[in-house]
Amino acid sequence: MANVLIVAEQSAGAVRKATLHAISAGRELARRTGGKLHLAVLGSGIGTVAEELAGHGADVHAADAAVLEHPLAESYAPVVAEIARAAQAAYVGAAATAFGKDLLPRIAARLEAGMATEVLGFGGDGAEVTFRRPMWAGNVLAEVEIATAVKVFTVRATEFPAAAKEGKGAVRAAAVSVDAGALRTRYAGFKEVKSERPELTEARVVVAGGRGTKGDFKPIEALADELNAAVGASRAAVDAGWVPNDWQVGQTGKVVAPDLYVAAGISGAIQHLAGMKGSKVIVAVNKDPDAPIFQLADYGLVADLFKALPELAGKLKGSR
Amino acid sequence: MPLKILVTAKRVEDPESKIKVKPDGSGIVTEGVNYKMNPFDEIAVEEALRLKERHGGEVVVASIGGEKSATEIRAALAMGADRGILVRHDGPLDPVVVSALLAKLFEQEKPDLVILGKQSIDDDQNQAGQYLAERLGLAQATFASKTESLESEAEQKKEPGVKLAPDGKSVAVVREVDGGVETLEVKLPAVVTTDLRLNKPRFASLPGIMKAKKKELKELQAAALGVDLSPKVVLKRLESPPARKGGVKVQDVEELWKKLHDEAKVV
Repeated sequence: MANVLIVAEQSAGAVRKATLHAISAGRELARRTGGKLHLAVLGSGIGTVAEELAGHGADVHAADAAVLEHPLAESYAPVVAEIARAAQAAYVGAAATAFGKDLLPRIAARLEAGMATEVLGFGGDGAEVTFRRPMWAGNVLAEVEIATAVKVFTVRATEFPAAAKEGKGAVRAAAVSVDAGALRTRYAGFKEVKSERPELTEARVVVAGGRGTKGDFKPIEALADELNAAVGASRAAVDAGWVPNDWQVGQTGKVVAPDLYVAAGISGAIQHLAGMKGSKVIVAVNKDPDAPIFQLADYGLVADLFKALPELAGKLKGSR
Repeated sequence: MPLKILVTAKRVEDPESKIKVKPDGSGIVTEGVNYKMNPFDEIAVEEALRLKERHGGEVVVASIGGEKSATEIRAALAMGADRGILVRHDGPLDPVVVSALLAKLFEQEKPDLVILGKQSIDDDQNQAGQYLAERLGLAQATFASKTESLESEAEQKKEPGVKLAPDGKSVAVVREVDGGVETLEVKLPAVVTTDLRLNKPRFASLPGIMKAKKKELKELQAAALGVDLSPKVVLKRLESPPARKGGVKVQDVEELWKKLHDEAKVV
């Protein structure tokens, strides 16, 4: 039976948004294969999260133990692999977040499974599922087949809708046989980068700045405030130390696909374009009329961002 | 405590090259494409060299691929790595196969640390390091980064971002995760994969390039290592993503606003 197991991601008692998108992907797969959708959630004191996940109509395998307090791939992988066996899962997936990308290959190795990363959609006939995924920084789309009995994958959250609640699943306690003393990994701390703004990969609108800001992101942030947008940056801006690392949009940073992407003072290196060209509408504001970003932008404005962005922010304010 | 480090150098298409899909979807057009070391692997090599410069030891660079992958090994040797191992394999490489071959090298070399790029920029799978750690039963610290910027003093001084514990038994690794940065301490031997902002790789010097020619480069045949070489992830078909119809310019903010509000209806 080709059941599907989606590994949920939780933090501080809440289900991460990206997980809801992965649940949609899991539902689609279960429909295709005629199997059942199962969910796994791991952590310490996760009763509420497990109950909430059960509201998606799937059986929830909750591995609740002190040793699972922090999401370490070393301790999580064997637990999820056990759950996958118990659930007779032929497909094991998660959202392609830092958590999913770190953990799922380790689970795959344990299940002797092949894996597809950052899946955009499924193909093939009926139970013969193929995976559509980007290669070469999204310059190529590949249809791949996984030739192992169990197939592991992560999905790009923006390619699947957030799952709405439907039905009521059962919550079962999953076995946790991790010996804390034998672990070779020690969690030594987390520094939260606090933001009032939506998560970059989940935002409906992203305003991003590059070299053209000369390090002054105030106009970018002011426009983002008006649009309730996340703030992104090009690699040049990040490398210069102007903005935090996790703002970087690009092949080597975050891949985003919002409804609206505003690129200000970004010339449009291939590596940046790879991270945002899936956006529905792209606006480019740049002083250089020959900047490559204009070839991609739906609306290009040759202008000084320090003048244009505040003016646009003003229009937004005025329209409400 | 000296560290023996195994580091990878995969041969990939230059990220600045224009990648085009063959009309029949069987692969990409390779004519006119330049090749170089995977940029994430360059960061891995740089980190290994910094650790060696700080603590002493040896940096062994491995590549899996055709005969031309020797070029990428020589590039790492020119940066300062001590010797190279080329695992000859002409078929498709997926992370399952790559990690199985690297596990064999691990058994032969018994390094304290394996450092790999977090992904190669051709197949973008981001899996080999994690598979390897699980195969070997080792701790993994993926997406290694550091809190200081690449313009910082620590970076100018070429300090390693991966910190060896005073007792020499573990390393502390700062990782980029969603919403912040996390620090893990992993017992050696361990597997580390590198993210972009861990360091700025050095350029090979002319004397470095000259010296590299004399350094040991051992060749092994993948088929002789007792590993199942059949790919588990099979490419059925490649295609180009749908082209965007960009290139429309607007005159001023007023027109931009109208387009966004009335035409695209996104604001």
